[in-house]
Amino acid sequence: MTQAHRAPAGGSAIDRARPISFTFDGVAYAGYEGDTLASALLANGVRLVGRSYKYHRPRGIVAAGPEEPNALVGVARGPGRFTPNLRATEVELYDGLAATSQNRWPTLRFDVGAINNVLAPLIGAGFYYKTFMGPDWFGPNWAWKRLYEPFIRRAAGLGTAPREPDPDRYHRTFDHCDVLIVGAGPAGLAAARTAAESGADVVVCDENPAPGGSLRAEPRATIDGQPASQWLAETLDALRAAPNVRLMPRTQAFGYYAQNLVALSERLAEPDLLADPERPRERLWRMRAREVVLATGAIERPLVFADNDRPGIMLAGAARRYLNLHGVKVGERVVIVTAHDEAYRATLDVHEAGVAVELIADLRDEAAGPLPEAARAAGLRVAVKAAIHEVEGRAGITAVRLSAHPGGMRRIACDALLVSGGWTPSVHLFSQSRGRLAFDEAAQVFRPGASVQRERSAGACNATFGLADALAEGDAAGGAAAEAAGFAAPGARAYPVEGAPTAQGGALGAPLHVLGDRRVKAFVDFQNDVCVKDVELAVQEGLRSIEHVKRYTTTGMATDQGKLSNMNALAIAAAIQKKPIPEVGLTTFRPPCTPVTFGAFAGLARDELFDPIRKTPIHDWAAARGAAFEDVSLWKRAWYFPREGESMREAVARECRTTRAAVGLFDASTLGEIEVVGRDAAVFLERMYVNAFARLPVGRCRYGLMLTETGFVMDDGVVARLAADRFHVTATTGAARVLAHMEDYLQTEFADLEVWLTSTTEHWATIAVQGPKARETIAPLVDGVDLAGDAFPHMSVRDASVCGVPARLMRVSFTGELGYEINVGSAYGLDVWKAVFAEVEKHGGCAYGTEATHVLRAEKGYVIVGQETDGTVTPSDLGLDWAIGKAKADFVGKRSLMLPELAREGRKQLVGLMTEDPTFVLEEGAQVTASAAPLVGSPALGHVTSSYRSPALGRSIALALIAGGRARMGARVHVSTPDGAVPATVARPCFYDSEGARLHV
Amino acid sequence: MLLIPCPFCGVERPEIEFRHAGEAHVARPHDPSAVSDEAWTEYLYFRSNPKGVFAERWRHVSGCGRFFNVLRDTVSDRILASYKPGAPRPEIPAGVRS
Repeated sequence: MTQAHRAPAGGSAIDRARPISFTFDGVAYAGYEGDTLASALLANGVRLVGRSYKYHRPRGIVAAGPEEPNALVGVARGPGRFTPNLRATEVELYDGLAATSQNRWPTLRFDVGAINNVLAPLIGAGFYYKTFMGPDWFGPNWAWKRLYEPFIRRAAGLGTAPREPDPDRYHRTFDHCDVLIVGAGPAGLAAARTAAESGADVVVCDENPAPGGSLRAEPRATIDGQPASQWLAETLDALRAAPNVRLMPRTQAFGYYAQNLVALSERLAEPDLLADPERPRERLWRMRAREVVLATGAIERPLVFADNDRPGIMLAGAARRYLNLHGVKVGERVVIVTAHDEAYRATLDVHEAGVAVELIADLRDEAAGPLPEAARAAGLRVAVKAAIHEVEGRAGITAVRLSAHPGGMRRIACDALLVSGGWTPSVHLFSQSRGRLAFDEAAQVFRPGASVQRERSAGACNATFGLADALAEGDAAGGAAAEAAGFAAPGARAYPVEGAPTAQGGALGAPLHVLGDRRVKAFVDFQNDVCVKDVELAVQEGLRSIEHVKRYTTTGMATDQGKLSNMNALAIAAAIQKKPIPEVGLTTFRPPCTPVTFGAFAGLARDELFDPIRKTPIHDWAAARGAAFEDVSLWKRAWYFPREGESMREAVARECRTTRAAVGLFDASTLGEIEVVGRDAAVFLERMYVNAFARLPVGRCRYGLMLTETGFVMDDGVVARLAADRFHVTATTGAARVLAHMEDYLQTEFADLEVWLTSTTEHWATIAVQGPKARETIAPLVDGVDLAGDAFPHMSVRDASVCGVPARLMRVSFTGELGYEINVGSAYGLDVWKAVFAEVEKHGGCAYGTEATHVLRAEKGYVIVGQETDGTVTPSDLGLDWAIGKAKADFVGKRSLMLPELAREGRKQLVGLMTEDPTFVLEEGAQVTASAAPLVGSPALGHVTSSYRSPALGRSIALALIAGGRARMGARVHVSTPDGAVPATVARPCFYDSEGARLHV
Repeated sequence: MLLIPCPFCGVERPEIEFRHAGEAHVARPHDPSAVSDEAWTEYLYFRSNPKGVFAERWRHVSGCGRFFNVLRDTVSDRILASYKPGAPRPEIPAGVRS
């Protein structure tokens, strides 16, 4: 198709020497470099670009910037590189671009979903809350979950998310600057020039591909006696030449956070990315600025009237931008309807480009001032007191019926209707910075009030609309920001401006003939299909707060975040409630103010960089032996070692039996280790653990139980005394928390103690050898220690040499068998492991994993903190009172144990459970009750904490926390299962070798 | 993201280097056994949660590892002071904007 709507000349952004071909919905079109997808589609006469969210109405391009609500497209660049919901107004054209329209089926022109437009009376605001209530034939909310919700989701909505992983790269960067200027329009550039001259480190970001803002599309004005385009080029040259200025195009500031942290998202131009896909597609900047200048401009508002969403109805300022930036005439015969002088400027431009201007219909009572006068002087017809009554043409406007003075009611054939309701300052970032907005009665806008953070607004975002005023305000803001950042700013610079009289006017809300007419579809929010009648319905149904109106009607949501709709919706809600606008208030501006891709937020934090994997030195050996692994926090732990044809159940049973009968080898390197050193080390440990350590002899170990100050069990482990002033402390796999807890007390409450804490978790590889043959297994490898039972008894530690490597050898057990833990430096871990494993095999032993460990320790009733405990369990609840050093005056948690709640009778206590059916394995977490069918609402006695098949007992075993459990020994209880309760007997929480004969050999 | 001055390192660092550690100046009673149940539970569970200037503890966990105290205005998130544990809570000079 030829570019029939392209003017023969003009268009500051495009390069007519560089034609580009692209496709939209599979149809090939031509454009120029510098086009956006929107401008190229308009140049080719494409008006229908999308279907609306709810009613599937045909929609065209309304705006020329990120506020565009209708022209949402998907752009595909290969597998995983599909991006939905892009605004066509922001998609830069490149050769081969393939874009598709959204929310239509089967085609954009013939869309089955358009039936919703006829069904509209049934699907007003909040219809889904009211309509889809039942029936609940198959359980609560059955119909909603299975029928309505999936259907609505398919019929309504935006683009489809891609299914493949995103192959592009993204980055995140921290940065600092003295002055950050957001927006490179006239105010922002004037600010940048002044701040740059002060010597401050200046960053200027702008979301557009090229800086300049309104100046890029301004053929009429002169600044300093030269055309605006010339002034823009020279200013940019000066800024680019300054070493202390960074100009960041394609970079949108989307969030303003505490202490002047502004989040920027910078995107690479698509051709650059295609040329080198390794470059980051987007970069998230966390820019900490001493001072910020907000120069974010203003957004034109549409007018609210019946069928105001027909393709061909466009904002006047957008039409001006398409003409002056891209040389695109949005129509050949146009009608302008406006409440603001700015539309006259657009009209003069399109008139001079040869477009037939049928009428300028002004909603106001009179159209005075320099711009309307200029229009009249150019021979254009101007009428006032206008009201639009009807729009003809479904897929594209063909005529408008309106009344205006002079002339009254008339029908005018046209192919474009340019509208302007005035301009809304973009105060998103100011509002996010916690600044309070003030309502300007005269201008009928919300403008920035007092600043909270170190920022100031300049130009149209501050409701300073004239070019001359915006330049002056930008200049002053740049100087003020530089001075506040500690630089000497140059004096104010004068920017004499000609040919750009300040525009005035504006209208908010809907005219009276639209309000109250429920048959009329007059759209307030194009993107979410919210009509005037929906806002009226919401208020009528009692939703008075604008925040509630927003959520009920969905106005102001989705990609445009209410950029076009908020003020009109607010004015309508205010008019219906007969309240002034400031009393109705504004909805909260939240980041991001325009969409940011998930990739930019994730940056490099994907896969293992998001969730790092911790591996022990023995990991690769275990993997080579075919171990199955389980994730324990970030660790990969060997779960079990299945042999050929073995199921998990069989492998675990074999590992347990072998360990109890001969010897087993276990990788305990993930165990947390903390070295506690110093004159007061023993005193410190006495305060941090419930146990007594002062008289623990050197060379001996003791079980340590750690509480929080609230008296609940936090951690346990083994404390080994290596010297009078040195302890080797083990903690569970969450050892970082234990170390932080110790550091907290050491640094604050017990700061007088002379103690140093060092995490040695990564330092040690810990190899556990457990089983009746453990001693003879390690004996050939150990030097310097007498392993005999009385010389090296249970709970002892020795410095030793294992395989010639310095080691800390401990005799400890988490299985109930004779056991040793060999601690060697991690670098030696694998070699020592291999040597020990060779000995283990000689004795008929095997390696075992975490699952077998859990079974073996449960047979002995050893608790796992975090499995038997949940932060509400005391030592007494676990039957661990014996560990408490009764003579100690104080330890962390001691006082809390005396609180009535922690000392009361009937608390949940750890017990064993034996199911009456010995083959039945209970579910961990299952509720324990006194009767098989307890009354609904009656409390459970407790719950199952651990449950396994025990090879040693040849039956199932379980541990449970049960109210008053130790007084219920032998009692029958019932445990819930998905198929009803099963009976079980309460038993002691130790099922094997309860006298500990196997430990002390 | 806050920018937090560490009084031990003498530099401002972004919040991700730190971990919040609750209200400051909540001293553990010297002899807990001498404290009533009411006073002890008050110590354990009750915090002031003010709207305005709040003394809170932070730990420079990815830096020097030290705990220290910060005065922060919970409304503006402005940090007014940063000081070592054991030091008294500083007075905010009149005229300092919080």
